[in-house]
Amino acid sequence: MTIDKVPVKGLSSQEYEKALKVTWQPDLQYAWDNGIAIGKYLEALKDGKILGARCEECGRIMLPARSFCELCWRPTDEYLPVKDTGVVNTFSICNVNWDASRLKPEEPRHLPAVIEIDGASAGMGILHILGNVDPKDIKIGMKVKAKWKPEKEREGCITDILYFEPV
Amino acid sequence: MGKRRVAVVGVGLTKFVRRAQETGPELSHQAVKMALDSAELKLKDIDMVTLGTAPDAFDGVHMKGEYLLSGAGGNNKPYIRNFVGGGTGVFAPIHGWMHVASGAADICMVVAEEKMSSCHPHPQGAFLTIFDHTTEQPLKPTLIWIFALEMRRYMEAYGLKGEDIARVAVKNKANALDHPSAQIAEKVTIEDVMNSEMLADPVHRLDISPASDGAAAMILASEDVAKRLTDKPIWLDGVGWNLDTSYWATKDLYYPRYVEKAARMAYDMAGIKEPSKEIHIAEPYDPFDYKELHHMEGLMLCERGQAAQMTADGVTARDGNLPVCPSGGALGVGNPIAATGLMKVIEIYLQLKGEAGKRQVPGDPRVGVAQAWGDLMQVGTVTVLRR
Repeated sequence: MTIDKVPVKGLSSQEYEKALKVTWQPDLQYAWDNGIAIGKYLEALKDGKILGARCEECGRIMLPARSFCELCWRPTDEYLPVKDTGVVNTFSICNVNWDASRLKPEEPRHLPAVIEIDGASAGMGILHILGNVDPKDIKIGMKVKAKWKPEKEREGCITDILYFEPV
Repeated sequence: MGKRRVAVVGVGLTKFVRRAQETGPELSHQAVKMALDSAELKLKDIDMVTLGTAPDAFDGVHMKGEYLLSGAGGNNKPYIRNFVGGGTGVFAPIHGWMHVASGAADICMVVAEEKMSSCHPHPQGAFLTIFDHTTEQPLKPTLIWIFALEMRRYMEAYGLKGEDIARVAVKNKANALDHPSAQIAEKVTIEDVMNSEMLADPVHRLDISPASDGAAAMILASEDVAKRLTDKPIWLDGVGWNLDTSYWATKDLYYPRYVEKAARMAYDMAGIKEPSKEIHIAEPYDPFDYKELHHMEGLMLCERGQAAQMTADGVTARDGNLPVCPSGGALGVGNPIAATGLMKVIEIYLQLKGEAGKRQVPGDPRVGVAQAWGDLMQVGTVTVLRR
């Protein structure tokens, strides 16, 4: 058989506007438990530290902190702080919001990056955002340091680090 | 106990559109009906049904498998939904393969459906909860971040420019002009892609596939049944799948090692030792243009970092030595996630049968590979088909 005719036509925007439809806008809320390891990770953030976990068997210092090593399949042996500096592994200059709406020209761009954190095993990165930098100066390999919220304002959240900025 | 050989004996596909008037069950019904007609089978001939569909959040419907049951033809049959994010569309026939290869079913219907248009203002918002709720979501990530981050890492690793990657979008959108299901087929140039809106540097709007509604279906049968049904069975001779860590920022994004692992599993099963020589045609998942190149490398169809040059040299064109996405892919036909993956397996089936119409590649291909990818840049699903 050759597929040369297929069903379904699709609606134009105008046809869609006119069509009958039922809508629902949920107002659900979730509260997520932090768990053992991430609970410690968040406590450490409040304290101005980034917490890793070490596995004696593979020797990895992992981020974020984990209660078990998923490769060696055993409990991790130690939680330990790593540095709050690192290297930009990759980044973007993003003009789009979560719902696909666009940033206004005067709004600052979103600057997500994967940052490999010093003191953790090679390649251990976290997602965060860059700040206090001209987007056109961002480079892969750039050294950056965490810009923390003032101690009194920290609440045990990844956003206790406001952003990473060039060293 | 040995595995039974499994054949594809029928396929069905709807048009891919931005907004279908049809509900998900109605889309599924259209694809299933076409597949049954193509194999000259009735629903009562189908032993078991498996359905692949991506996140419930698109539809705002929980128990989406059950919601789609009637349209998938699964009433009062052994029926199950399968799901591995964007990898679902190629996992669906793998799941059907398990049913038939194991001897549990002689004939299995495989359905893949997606209706993304129900989610407003844009289905992109439904992807928010793929990020870790505690360590990532407070940063207000958007789906497009991960593609931009991965694309830049890939470009950096091999010194590629946006133009090198835009060629894929140009090729696939043009290939789709010959596909009756196509949603956004068009002639564009590299300049058009590079001048289109910059969404998240380095990703432009024309680097990306659209949100779509659509459905696809495929009927799998055991060897003895297939030989009764058709003179030209196409064999599903290799299947593979693999998931990498969910700590996605801790692996180097430049290379999809999970796709390689899935491919090695499928190639071993199909007895393929040198994929770049033994595979004649490929449909890697291309939701973004760089992903086609990324996946060609993971599928070992070329050396790492060589996929862009192969594309520039015309090797992957429909009349090249290794046609890649002759269907038009997600970039041209459209991207109703799960249905896209199965559309790709269907394209390989039609090409190996010599029934791809205007899209038929020259050279009488006998072995093809289709692949999908998804979740947090961590799943590879691979099928090898052979005539």
